[in-house]
Amino acid sequence: MSTSDVTREGIRGARPGREAMGANQTAPTVIADGLSIERDQRGQRGQRGQRRKAERAMVPKAEFRSYYGRPVLKPPTWKALDIAGYLFLGGLAGASSTIAAGAELTGRGRLAKHGKIGALAAISLGAVGLVHDLGRPSRFANMLRVLKPTSPMSVGSWLLSAYAPAAGVAALTSVFGRFTGLGRAATFGAGLLGPAVASYTAVLISDTAAPAWHDAYQEMPFIFVGSAATAAGGLGLLTAPVREAGPAARAALLGAGVETAGLHIMKRRIGLAAETYDQGRAGALMKAAEALTAVGAAATVVGRAGRRSRAASAIGGTALMAASVCTRFGIFEAGRASTEDPKYTVVPQRERIDQAPR
Amino acid sequence: MTTFLGLPLTEAQRRESVDPASASGHTDHPPRMGFFTDTSVCIGCKACEVACKEWNAVPDDGLKLTGMSYDNTESLGASTWRHVAFIEQPVTRAARPEGAGPDGGSAVVGGADGIRWLMSSDVCKHCTHAACLDVCPTGALIRTEYGSVIVQSDVCNGCGYCVPACPYGVIDIREEDGRAWKCTLCYDRLEVGLEPACAKTCPTDSIQFGELDELRERANQRLDQLHANGTTNARLYGESPDDGVGGQGAFFLLLDEPEVYGLPPDPVVTTRDLPAMWRGAGLAAASLLAGIAMSFIGSKPAATSAKQRKVGRR
Repeated sequence: MSTSDVTREGIRGARPGREAMGANQTAPTVIADGLSIERDQRGQRGQRGQRRKAERAMVPKAEFRSYYGRPVLKPPTWKALDIAGYLFLGGLAGASSTIAAGAELTGRGRLAKHGKIGALAAISLGAVGLVHDLGRPSRFANMLRVLKPTSPMSVGSWLLSAYAPAAGVAALTSVFGRFTGLGRAATFGAGLLGPAVASYTAVLISDTAAPAWHDAYQEMPFIFVGSAATAAGGLGLLTAPVREAGPAARAALLGAGVETAGLHIMKRRIGLAAETYDQGRAGALMKAAEALTAVGAAATVVGRAGRRSRAASAIGGTALMAASVCTRFGIFEAGRASTEDPKYTVVPQRERIDQAPR
Repeated sequence: MTTFLGLPLTEAQRRESVDPASASGHTDHPPRMGFFTDTSVCIGCKACEVACKEWNAVPDDGLKLTGMSYDNTESLGASTWRHVAFIEQPVTRAARPEGAGPDGGSAVVGGADGIRWLMSSDVCKHCTHAACLDVCPTGALIRTEYGSVIVQSDVCNGCGYCVPACPYGVIDIREEDGRAWKCTLCYDRLEVGLEPACAKTCPTDSIQFGELDELRERANQRLDQLHANGTTNARLYGESPDDGVGGQGAFFLLLDEPEVYGLPPDPVVTTRDLPAMWRGAGLAAASLLAGIAMSFIGSKPAATSAKQRKVGRR
C-alpha cells in the first residue's frame, strides 16, 4: 500500500483506516443498511411517519443499500398545477381539435364549434401554466431558440407554436362566422396536429430518469392519447347537443378503454416502480380516476341508450373529464414519488448488474 | 442529432463516445479533460467544497446538521457542485476477511470492533452522453471544447427539464434564481490554463484533473495496486466508455458499491430510448386520429339522423 508506516501503525493500534477492509464486507453491509433504513423512517413527514414505521416493521428489511436513505435522483421541480395541469389541458385541446374537425366534416355544427372553443381555451390555459412554471418566465421565447429532436420539450414548443395559432383561428372564425374558408383550413390543420399535441407529452415525461415515467415509456403515449380522447369526448358530451354527441361518446369510451388497458399493461410490465402508481397521493388519484372513468362511462352509455338523456350525457362527460384530470395528476405524482425513494433507482439497476453476463 | 441515440454502440460510435467534443461540432479542440476522484485517499477535509464555492461564487445553501456523519452538505445541487460523502461502516470481527493481506487484516488487530470510514467527493459526471444536455430545450446546456457540459446561465430559462433527466441527480434549479446550475469543470480556469479549483486545492490528490485518457490509465494502475494489496473491494465507477452514459468525464475509484455513496449502480442516459419513445408517440397519435375518425363512421351526419329519429318516434 502506498501509505507511510506511521499511518499504518496508527491504524493497527486504533481504528480501521481507509485500507482496513479486505474482501468480505457482509457484516458491515447489514449494519450500514440498518442505518440507512432508520434514516429513511425519520425522513418521513409528520403524521405519516408513524404509519410508515409500523408498515416497515411488518415487511422484511429493504434489500438494497443507499446513502442514508437519500434519493439518488432529483425530483422534478415542476409544479403539479402547471405541468400536470398542462398534461391534461394539452390532451384535451389536441383531441378536441380532432373531434371538431371530424364534426365539421360530418355537418355537426355545434360539436365542431364547442370543440374548437374548448381547444383554444385549454391550450391557452395550458400555455399560461407552461410559462408560469419557468424559473425565468420572461425568457419563454428561448424555447424557440433552437430545434432539438433530442428534447421533447423543444419539439413540443415548436409543435405548440404551429398548433395553437391554428386552434385559435379555428375557434375565432367559428365564433364570429367570418373568413370561413380560412377557418376550415385552420380547423383541419389543428385537427391533424392535435393528436401530436396529445401524445408528445408522454415522451416529454418518459424522457427523464424518473423510474415511474421512463420505464413506462412504451405504454405512456397510448395512456396519454386515451386520456386525451376521454377528456375531449367528455367535453363534447357536456357541451354538444345530444343528437350531435354520438362520436364524442364513442371517442370517450374508446379512449377510456385504451387508457385503462394501457395503465394495466404498464403496471404489470415495469416492475418495482409500478407501486408508485398505487401508493400515496398518486395511488389516491389513480383510484379516483378509475372510479370516475367507470361512472363516466356508465353515465355515457345510459345517456346514449334508448331515450337519450341530456342530463346523463352531461354527468358522463363531466366525470370523464375529471377522470382525465386525476389520471394526469396521478401519473405526475407517481413520477415524482419514484425519484424521492432511492429504492426505485437502486434495486432495478442492481438487478440489471447482477443479471448481466460477466 | 447524433447517431448514438437508441442504438447499441458500434465501433464507430464508440470512437465518437470517446470524443464528445468532436461529436458536438468542435473542430481542432483540446483533448477531453476530466476528473479522476480516488476516494481511497480522500480524507474528508471538504477543501474541494470550499474551493468550489469560493472560486465560482456559489451562494450558500443553508447551514444545518444532518446527523449523517460529518456530511452536512447532503447532496449535490444547484449550489453544491462538490459534495463530500461520509459513510461510517461498523466493522465486526466476523467481517474481517480470512487470510486478508496485511492491510486488510490489520485493522481490527486490537480485538475491538470499529468502523471504517468511507469518504468520497462527488461531482457532476460530465457524461459522454449527457441527458441534461440532450433534453435542454433552449440550448443553454452545451458541450465545451474540453468535452465537459456546462449551463449558459444567460440562456437558461429555468424550464427544469434537466433536473429529472440527470440519472445522477446532479443538476438542480436554484430557487431564488430560477435557473439550473451545476459544476462547470471550472471552464473559466481551463480557458487560462488552470486546473479546476477543487483539484487544485485537494491536499491528497484524491481529486485528479487531466486528460481523460491519461486519467483512465492512471486509475487502472491504482486499481491494480489496491487489488494487489488486498483491497479487493476497490472498483472503478464510470470509467468505462461502454456504460449507460458512454463513460463519465468525471469518474471514481470506490471502496464499496456505488449506491452506498448515493450513486446509481447502473445509470443509463434516458435519451437512449428516445427513438423508441418517438415511434411510440407517433403510433399513438395515429391511433388517436384513427380512433376519432372511427367514432364518426357508422353514424350518419347529424341532420339526417335527427330526421330519422323524428320519423322513428312517430
